[in-house]
Amino acid sequence: MDQEAAKQIGAGLATLGMIGAGIGVGNIFGSFLTGALRNPSAAASQIGNLFVGAALAEALGILSFVLGILLKYG
Amino acid sequence: MAADPIEQFKIEKLVDFGTVNLPVFGKSDLAFTNSHLAMTIAFVMVVGFLTLATSKMQVVPGRWQIVGETLFGMIDNLAESIIGHDGKKYFPFVFTVFMFILAMNVLGLMLTFTVTSQLAITATFGLITIGLVLIIGFVKHGLGFFKLFVPSGVPIVLLPVIVLIEFVSFLLRPVTLALRLFGNMLGGHVALKVFAGFVVALGAMSAAGGVSLLGLPGAALSLSMVVALTALECLVAFLQAFVFAVLTCIYLNDVVNLGHVH
Repeated sequence: MDQEAAKQIGAGLATLGMIGAGIGVGNIFGSFLTGALRNPSAAASQIGNLFVGAALAEALGILSFVLGILLKYG
Repeated sequence: MAADPIEQFKIEKLVDFGTVNLPVFGKSDLAFTNSHLAMTIAFVMVVGFLTLATSKMQVVPGRWQIVGETLFGMIDNLAESIIGHDGKKYFPFVFTVFMFILAMNVLGLMLTFTVTSQLAITATFGLITIGLVLIIGFVKHGLGFFKLFVPSGVPIVLLPVIVLIEFVSFLLRPVTLALRLFGNMLGGHVALKVFAGFVVALGAMSAAGGVSLLGLPGAALSLSMVVALTALECLVAFLQAFVFAVLTCIYLNDVVNLGHVH
């Protein structure tokens, strides 16, 4: 296989890691909604935790995205 | 593809000062770049906005004062609720970083070059934050700082593994701080550029007439996608600055209240 082609395919494969981040972030917001609908009075105090959790989960997906960008353009 | 979506992140020299010979780093380019310009504009905007917000302070706040007070109060609450009693001491740093990143993100979305899409800039922010955490940790606790890696109540058998994991996760903190901001900004702007490129490409295609007129609905769809993405990016721009502030508070709290939860 051509080396350039292998690089492009590798970059595409690397970004597949974002699937996990998508699942994770979706899970966090879904769980938050479930909890918030059960006890709406406690929901407002947990918004900060919600975004921190989402950011932490997203960071791991971003790692794979950056890897993909590095492979494609680096 | 008409335009390269990565091209928007290219650093250009506006005023070139030539190369200098630095003692450690060797030959370095010295120039006033578009990145510098955008950062300067962001700085001026932050200072100008806060000056405007505090210029005519009243008990019943005006419009500018309300916006200023909301941002100020939000970060103040954040520092207070995460760090606790000592939060006031670290509030200036958190607020400065928050306002600067917010200004750079929002300005990058609207007007100027996106400074936060440069890994060098976000890495500097991450290193400054983690450097401050290290300094505070060593000044406040001395060598007791290393208790950070030894959580209490862990069985002695598991201790080596836990300490290793804690240590590695501490080392990864500046990396994830930098990459999260960088990746979010880069990803968002690349997606915007790609969809904007579709509008031009499909519009140009449909100019030929006949069957290629089918490109017009596609162009319209891409255009609405650009609008929707811009709205999302506005949220992301604010959210990433906020998340950076929250994580800074959490990392500071680790060393400020080392060994006791409050």
